[in-house]
Amino acid sequence: MTIYGVALLALCYMVGSFLGDALGMLLHVKANVGGVGIAMLLLIISRTWLKKSGKLTHPLKLGIEFWAALYIPIVVAMASIQNVIAAVDGGPMVLIAAFGTVALVFGCTALLGRFVRGSTNWDPHAESVLSGDPE
Amino acid sequence: MNLLEEITKVFAENGLVGAFLMVGAVMMVSYFVSRRLTMGRIHGSAIAIMIGLALAYWGGTQSGGTKGLADIKLFAGLGLLGGGMLRDFAITATAFEVDVDEAKKAGMLGAIALAFGTVVPFIFGCCIAWAFGYRDAVSITTIGAGAGSYIIGPVTGAALGASSAVMALAIATGVLKAVTVMIVTPFLAKLIGVNNPQSAMAFGGCVGTVSGVTGGLAAYDPRLVPYGALTATFHTGIGCLVTPSIGFLAVRAIVGG
Repeated sequence: MTIYGVALLALCYMVGSFLGDALGMLLHVKANVGGVGIAMLLLIISRTWLKKSGKLTHPLKLGIEFWAALYIPIVVAMASIQNVIAAVDGGPMVLIAAFGTVALVFGCTALLGRFVRGSTNWDPHAESVLSGDPE
Repeated sequence: MNLLEEITKVFAENGLVGAFLMVGAVMMVSYFVSRRLTMGRIHGSAIAIMIGLALAYWGGTQSGGTKGLADIKLFAGLGLLGGGMLRDFAITATAFEVDVDEAKKAGMLGAIALAFGTVVPFIFGCCIAWAFGYRDAVSITTIGAGAGSYIIGPVTGAALGASSAVMALAIATGVLKAVTVMIVTPFLAKLIGVNNPQSAMAFGGCVGTVSGVTGGLAAYDPRLVPYGALTATFHTGIGCLVTPSIGFLAVRAIVGG
């Protein structure tokens, strides 16, 4: 059933949000600490378990991969609701702080990238889902 | 019966469904432009995100609000489709396509990247605040936090009791950082070596801002999105934890008061 996939995704999301909030409260932070990251890890664990026990059916996958495939359109909607005016009209300090930060963190990425030899063998299925075309 | 008024009413009453239609139209135009005008050199999603940002700017000038297009009644549904809930739901779903072995290999690297991504922007932001004449520890810390992301800035400012003007600057810095990352990533990702799962995880940790990282990677190479998101989503939490506490104490020790 496709809804089982959607429900599993929702379960991971909810448990992740709850744990992120709980972690925030425990650490006295007024924010969710890593809730989405926890949800992602839970989903990865769930998939491994489902695959092992032979319960990873096509409809179940569809329920999750539909949302993964809608990811880019959702990012486009997200871009359209940013406070771009405030970003552009922030004055020289905001401009320097933001552009400088981006330059620095990109530099850090380049530095760290020297220490990895990641594989570029992509799973074609993952590729098509993330590009918006699940089978 | 005023036709325009009726159309607005249908969109306002069916916000989310209307947003599917509008985003679909933007994607269609973007992929057409990508294929026909740039011969595929600029990815369709990069064009779509830039159109989104341009529309957000236009929306802001029309409404005077802070939520881009979503402040205009006709487009209010975009606030739901592009808002935190569905965004995080979809980000979580991309984890389903993660190659576990690749992600495991980059675990340590991701942690180091998160440390970089928390400390470097903060120190830089604090220095800029100092250079622009801020001398009190609360304001300097808040602006430094804003260089982390537009969530860390206001969370830190609220925790420390910063003035609303300083909070606004911190938020603006975070938003501009996110927007800049969305726009420049497709052009610079190759240069900084982001082309595999592990480097994408390093990228997510260093850059931090979830919307910037996921938007930027989606526009460059969608396959990298889940890996970048995996680390970036921890960045905000760590920043909100470290900045108002250790960060503030360090700044106060240096500048006093």
